Amino acid sequence: MDFMTLLQVLESTIRLATPLLLACLAGLYSERAGIFDIGLEGKMLVAAFFSAAVAYQTGSVWLGLLAGIASSMALAAIHGLASITFRGNQLISGVAINFLAAGMTVLVAQDWFQQGGRTPSLIGGARFEPITLPFTEALADVPVLGPIYGGLISSHTILVYVAFAAVPLTWWILYRTRFGLRLRAVGENPESVDTAGVSVVGLRYAAVAIAGLLCGIAGAYLATALQAGFVKDMTAGRGFIALAALIFAKWRPWYALWATLLFGLLQAISIRFQNIPVGDFVIPVQFMEALPYILTIIILAGFVGKAIPPRAGGEPYVKER
Amino acid sequence: MTLMQKFLGAAAALALSAGAAVAEPALIFDLGGKFDKSFNEAAFQGAKRWADETGGSFREIELQSEAQREQALRRFAEAGSNPIIMTGFAFGNVLGEVAPDYPDTKFAIIDMVVDQPNVRSVVFNENEGSYLVGMLAAMASKTGTVGFIGGMDIPLIRKFACGYVEGVKAVNPDATVIQNMTGTTPAAWNDPVKGSELTKAQISQGADVVYAAAGGTGVGVLQTAADEGILSVGVDSNQNYMHPGKVLTSMMKRVDNAVYDAMKAGTDIETGINVMGVGNGGIDYAIDEHNESLITPEMKAKVDEAKAKIASGELTVHDYMSDNTCPVE
Repeated sequence: MDFMTLLQVLESTIRLATPLLLACLAGLYSERAGIFDIGLEGKMLVAAFFSAAVAYQTGSVWLGLLAGIASSMALAAIHGLASITFRGNQLISGVAINFLAAGMTVLVAQDWFQQGGRTPSLIGGARFEPITLPFTEALADVPVLGPIYGGLISSHTILVYVAFAAVPLTWWILYRTRFGLRLRAVGENPESVDTAGVSVVGLRYAAVAIAGLLCGIAGAYLATALQAGFVKDMTAGRGFIALAALIFAKWRPWYALWATLLFGLLQAISIRFQNIPVGDFVIPVQFMEALPYILTIIILAGFVGKAIPPRAGGEPYVKER
Repeated sequence: MTLMQKFLGAAAALALSAGAAVAEPALIFDLGGKFDKSFNEAAFQGAKRWADETGGSFREIELQSEAQREQALRRFAEAGSNPIIMTGFAFGNVLGEVAPDYPDTKFAIIDMVVDQPNVRSVVFNENEGSYLVGMLAAMASKTGTVGFIGGMDIPLIRKFACGYVEGVKAVNPDATVIQNMTGTTPAAWNDPVKGSELTKAQISQGADVVYAAAGGTGVGVLQTAADEGILSVGVDSNQNYMHPGKVLTSMMKRVDNAVYDAMKAGTDIETGINVMGVGNGGIDYAIDEHNESLITPEMKAKVDEAKAKIASGELTVHDYMSDNTCPVE
């Protein structure tokens, strides 16, 4: 593999890892606060649709992004209402959200655009364009560093930088702020938070809302940055891969970055090389595609360290009377 | 007899008489959905054309899950719909079981052969159409490298790929064809993001014409090809309009004609195997105002010559599904 090929695979890795990373961080906030969220997929899907639809109607990708975030947060609010206020089963609520999103997006798209559950193609200002960072020109002629800076670091859309910036921000919020401490506590031992006089319900709603925000950005990235429009079911299981990455990352922000980059890399490799010969043995492409799930199972089985979920995860909080 | 029972009885009688009075044709769309800009949509267009021309009406359903296949078939058959047309190879097994239970109902299945006396099996020679667009791709390519992106890895899609490679090699024996499949699950039909990444990967390997036989995933392929300034080839329906001047041509499978013919024949539909190929207008390549500037008269002459040869039987394009191998790579 020569240098340029390596660079192209890594570039592809970043593009593919970005939606996973955003969704994974969304799940991290929610699950750290004790709310399981398997509705990441559904939230991304509605955000993808509404961002594309609004961007098409208004011609502004920023309004599209806002609409995507708003729709995703609306679903997050439903999840919060069902699992926090009404203390329903969080997994069932998540599944319902996925179904709701899959059906609703196609239905609304058909009603608005009559293109069979699609939005028309976005053009011009209705899409996120790659941005060229400063010094790209100046560094272009420098060997090795030039292509790395120009291809790998520069020339992505703004949302990619947002996603990567969200990792240290999440770490800082969770481990260096009072809000973060309480958020983690509410997922481990909500009684103690309640005893301290802090609202468990309020904290959990905040976490679910942040999850909605991040899923909204992820969905908008799929539809308006990677693609030029919405296509039915376009998330194609990325919400579930993000969940796998979350377990793989043991619910920690920096690990989440490495896990999603690893999963993105595996996808990028499977896209670039269909079959990889290793000596006499050929690794089929299907194996590379299944590898994220295999790795997650290995982690869950306890072979590589231990993945311990937040202790109060999945349990609605009931104040003792 | 309570009032409720009377109502129910009357409604049932009405439903029965309605079913017996008119034998409406029925159309069942496969999981890709009615408006997939491609295969199922072409079927719908054919049905609509029939309805517009004859003033008739037809019943339709879009499947949402595998489990609905048999249910939908039996419901239409019991409601008296005739003929019942379904799109997609995936109906094969179910229809094989259901058809004998309704000997008076005629069925038509597209893309699959079901050996029953009351079934018309419409199959297309996609290999022939792919051969033609492969020739065009090879002639339009400046790098000598062209790409193929398939949807789900099934024999039917390999048939597309094989015909395409043969067409490319017929023009330029030294050409390289990069082949990728999107995945091995039905999600591979609706993953435009992966379609885009595959296209970018093929471009980085030198491809400058990419043929997508991948349903909704193809939307991403065509988009990326247009963005990156290379040419693409659409599939099933005429997709030239999606990016005018950037789509070289489309391999057209006239599913609309197949559905139209079946509905027009009505209950007198001829059963057995009906092969639609280049010879009888079932398969063609698309040329319209959106791509005429891309196809030079020489290119057109060469392809039309091959088309005539295929139609006359002088040239046969290998069918992957006949022996599950492809003689060219």
